[in-house]
Amino acid sequence: MIPELGHFALILALGLALIQAILPLAGSYTGNLAWMSTARPLAWGQFVFTAIAFALLLLAFLTDDFSVVYVASNSNTLMPTIYKVSAVWGAHEGSLLLWAGFLAAWGAAVAGLSRNIPLQVLARILAVMGMVGIGFLLFMLLTSNPFERIFPPPLEGRDLNPLLQDPGLAIHPPLLYMGYVGFSVAFAFAIAALLGGKLDAAWARWSRPWTTTAWIFLTLGIALGSWWAYYELGWGGWWFWDPVENASLMPWLAGTALMHSLAVTEKRGAFKSWTVLLAITAFSLSLLGTFLVRSGVLTSVHAFATDPARGTFILIFLCIVIGGSLALYAWRAPAVSGGGRFDLLSRESFLLANNLLLTLLTALILLGTLAPLIYEAMAWGKISVGFPWFNTMFVAVTPFLALLMGIGPMTRWKQDEPGRLARELRVPFILTGAASLLTVFLMPLLSLDWYLVPLGIGLAVWLLTAHIQAIRERLRHKNSPSAILRDLATNGRSFYGMILAHLGVAMFVVGVTMVANYGQEKDVRMSPGDSQEVAGYRFLFHGVRTQRGPNYMAMRGHFQIFDGEKPIADLWPEKRNYFASQKPMTEASIDWGFTRDLYVSLGEPLEDGDWALRLYYKPYVRWIWLGAVLMALGGLLAITDRRYRLARGLTRASADVAGATATARS
Amino acid sequence: MGKTLKFLIPLALFAGLVALLFFGLGTDPRKVPSPLVGKLAPEFSLPALGDPTRTVSNADLLGQVSLVNVWASWCYSCRAEHAQLLRLARELKEVQILGLNWKDTEADAQQMLRASGNPYQVSAFDPDNRAGIHWGVYGAPETFLVDSEGRICYKKIGPVEPGTWESELAPTIDLTTRKCKEYRS
Repeated sequence: MIPELGHFALILALGLALIQAILPLAGSYTGNLAWMSTARPLAWGQFVFTAIAFALLLLAFLTDDFSVVYVASNSNTLMPTIYKVSAVWGAHEGSLLLWAGFLAAWGAAVAGLSRNIPLQVLARILAVMGMVGIGFLLFMLLTSNPFERIFPPPLEGRDLNPLLQDPGLAIHPPLLYMGYVGFSVAFAFAIAALLGGKLDAAWARWSRPWTTTAWIFLTLGIALGSWWAYYELGWGGWWFWDPVENASLMPWLAGTALMHSLAVTEKRGAFKSWTVLLAITAFSLSLLGTFLVRSGVLTSVHAFATDPARGTFILIFLCIVIGGSLALYAWRAPAVSGGGRFDLLSRESFLLANNLLLTLLTALILLGTLAPLIYEAMAWGKISVGFPWFNTMFVAVTPFLALLMGIGPMTRWKQDEPGRLARELRVPFILTGAASLLTVFLMPLLSLDWYLVPLGIGLAVWLLTAHIQAIRERLRHKNSPSAILRDLATNGRSFYGMILAHLGVAMFVVGVTMVANYGQEKDVRMSPGDSQEVAGYRFLFHGVRTQRGPNYMAMRGHFQIFDGEKPIADLWPEKRNYFASQKPMTEASIDWGFTRDLYVSLGEPLEDGDWALRLYYKPYVRWIWLGAVLMALGGLLAITDRRYRLARGLTRASADVAGATATARS
Repeated sequence: MGKTLKFLIPLALFAGLVALLFFGLGTDPRKVPSPLVGKLAPEFSLPALGDPTRTVSNADLLGQVSLVNVWASWCYSCRAEHAQLLRLARELKEVQILGLNWKDTEADAQQMLRASGNPYQVSAFDPDNRAGIHWGVYGAPETFLVDSEGRICYKKIGPVEPGTWESELAPTIDLTTRKCKEYRS
C-alpha cells in the first residue's frame, strides 16, 4: 500500500506542476491577480507531494520492502542503515526522484523568499520552474517509476553497488543535484525576464544570490566526487575526465561565468543578453549531463543502466526546454541587449575576457566529451579522447584565466588608467617573477614539462599577491588594522567573498601543480616484513588478514610508516568482497597531511603470501579540495552581503510600482 | 537583420547538438562491429615481451583455444581486469591466454607484470601498433577469443569483469571440439 501512496503522491505533484506551469503564466499576461497568486501555493504543494513520495521510498528501503523492484535491486537486509538511506538515490529511478524533489524545493524556496519580487515576475519564474518540474515528474512516471512492484517479491535484495557504499558517495549526489537543479532558478529568472522584456539591475540582483547558492552546492559536490574517486577507486587519481565528471564540470564553468557576468549586469547594466544566454547555458548543460549519463550515448564508469526509451524521452525534453528557451532568446534578446558603455581598459573588459575563456574551456570540454560521438557520426571510426587532450586544453586556458583573475579585481569599472594599474600591479608582478625563478632553482624537475612548476607556483603567487594588493587598495583610506573587520561587518562581504574564492583557486593551482609534478607512485610486490621507500618515507608491510564486515569479507593489510626511525602512521588498506554482488572493491588507506598524503592500496594476492601493492606519495593533494572548499566559503560570504538584504527593503516600494505599471501595460 | 541573426547562433548550435545526440541514441558505444569476427586472425609476428629472441605469431594460436588480451601498463581498465585474467589463467586449463602489450614501454610493462602477477602464457610486444592496427585495436583493453584453427569467435571491448567469460565469451566456443560455435562481437 505504501509504495502505491508514493506513486500517487508523484501523480499529484505532476498535476500541481501542470497547473503551476499554466495558470500563473496566463495570469501574468491577462493581469489576473488571483491566477498569479496561485504560483506560491502551487510551488509549495508540488514540494510537499514530492517530499512525501521521497519519504515513502525511504521508508520502503528502511523496512526492506523487496516487493518494490527498485528496493530489491539496490538494497539488502545486511546493509548498514546509512547506506539504506543513501541507496534511495543510488540508482537511476531514485536519483531522479531526488532531482525532482530538489527542483520542487528550490521552487518552494523561491516562492517563500522572494517577497520583494513583483508578483508578475514571480508568477512567470515559478511557471517556468513548473514546466521543468513537469518534465522530470513525467519522465519518472512514464519510464522510471521508483515504486514499481514485483510479484512474488524476492527474499533478499541484490545490494547496492559496493562502489557507492561509502560515506563520501552518500552525500556527493545530493550536493551535486542541488547545484544542477539550483541553476534552474537562474534559468527561470532569465526566461521570465525574456518573457517580460525587462532585463535590469534589479533582475540581476535578484538572480545573484540564487545563482551563487547553486554554484556553492555544485562546487562542493564536484570536490566531494573528486575526493571520493581519489580514495575509493584505489588509483590515487583525483580527476579522470570521465564523461560524467565532465558533465558536472561544464555547468560549473558556465555557472562561474554566469556569476561574473551577473555582477556586471547588476552594477553596470552591461552584458544583458550575454548574461541571459549564460543562465540558459548553465542549466542546459546540467540537463545535458543528465542525458549523457542516462541515455547510454557515451560509456562511462558512472553510467546508469541504460534504456533507449529513457534516452528518447530526455532528448525530446531537452529539445523543448533548451530549444524553446534559445528560440525565445533569439526572439526577445535583440530588444533587451545593449547597456552601459565601457573602455577597453576597464573591469568590464576583464570580466568579459574571463567569461570568454570560461566559455571556451566549457566548449573544449564539451567537444572532447562528445568527440567519440562526432567521430562515429562522421563515420571516421572510433576514438577515445583521454587525459592528454583534456589536460593540454586545461593547461592551455587556465593560466590566462588566472592571470586575468589577478588584474580584474584591481581594475576600475567603466575606465581605468594604464599607469595607475601598472603601479598597483608592480609589486605582485615582481613577487610572481621571483617566486617562479626560485622554483626553478629550488624545485628542479628534469622532464619535458619543466615549465609547469614555475608556471603553476607563479600563478598561485600572482593570485595571492594581487588580491592582497586589492585589499590594501580597498582599505587605503582606513588605516587601522581592524578596518577589514569593520568592512566585513558593514558592506564588504561580497568583496571578501570574491577574494576568498579567488584564493581558493590559487590553492587549487598549487595542489594540482605539486601533485602532478612531484607525486610518486610505486607498484611493488612485497612479502610480509618487507619495507619499501617512497619519497623518503619507509613503508613496512606486516601482512594481510581476513576480516568480516557487515555485508562483505575483507582482506585487511597492515602497514607501518616510518619517517627516518620514527613511526608516524599505521595504514590499513582493504580489499573487500561483497556477498550479494560478488564484486571486489579496494579501500585505500591514507595518512593525510596538510602538505602530503601517503596512500596505500592493495593490489592482487600473489603466491607465497606476497601481495601486489601500490604505494603513493601525494604532495599537497589536499589543497585541491581545500581550494574548492575555500571557493565555496567565498560564495557563502558573498551571499550574506548586506546589499541583498538592504536591497530587498529598498526595492520593495519601487518594485511594486514597477510591477503594477508592467502589469497594466501587458 | 544581421543583429537578429547573431542571436540565432545558439539555437543553431543546439540543433546540431540534438542531431548528434539523436544519432548517438541509435548506437551502442560498447558495440564496435569488428569485421574480423568469424575470420582468421590477422597475420602478425612480434617479439615476445622480455625475450626479444622469441617470436610470437599466428603459429602460437593454432591447436589451442586462446584469449588474446590487448593490454598496456598505462591503461587503468587493464589493471582493473588483471585480477580476472589471473583467475581465468588459473581456472581455465583448456584456454591459453596470450597478451598483446600495446603502445607500451618494455620496462613499464615488465614492472606491471612483476608487481601484479602474470596471467599470460606469453605477451607479444607491440610498442608501435604494428599488429594492433591489423587487429583493429581501438583502445586497451580488448580481448579476442580465438579457436584452435586461429579463427576469431568473439571480440570483447572493455575490461573483462567477473562473469564476462561465463556470459559473453564461453557461449561462442565449443571447448571439446575447440571450434567457434558462433561469431559475435
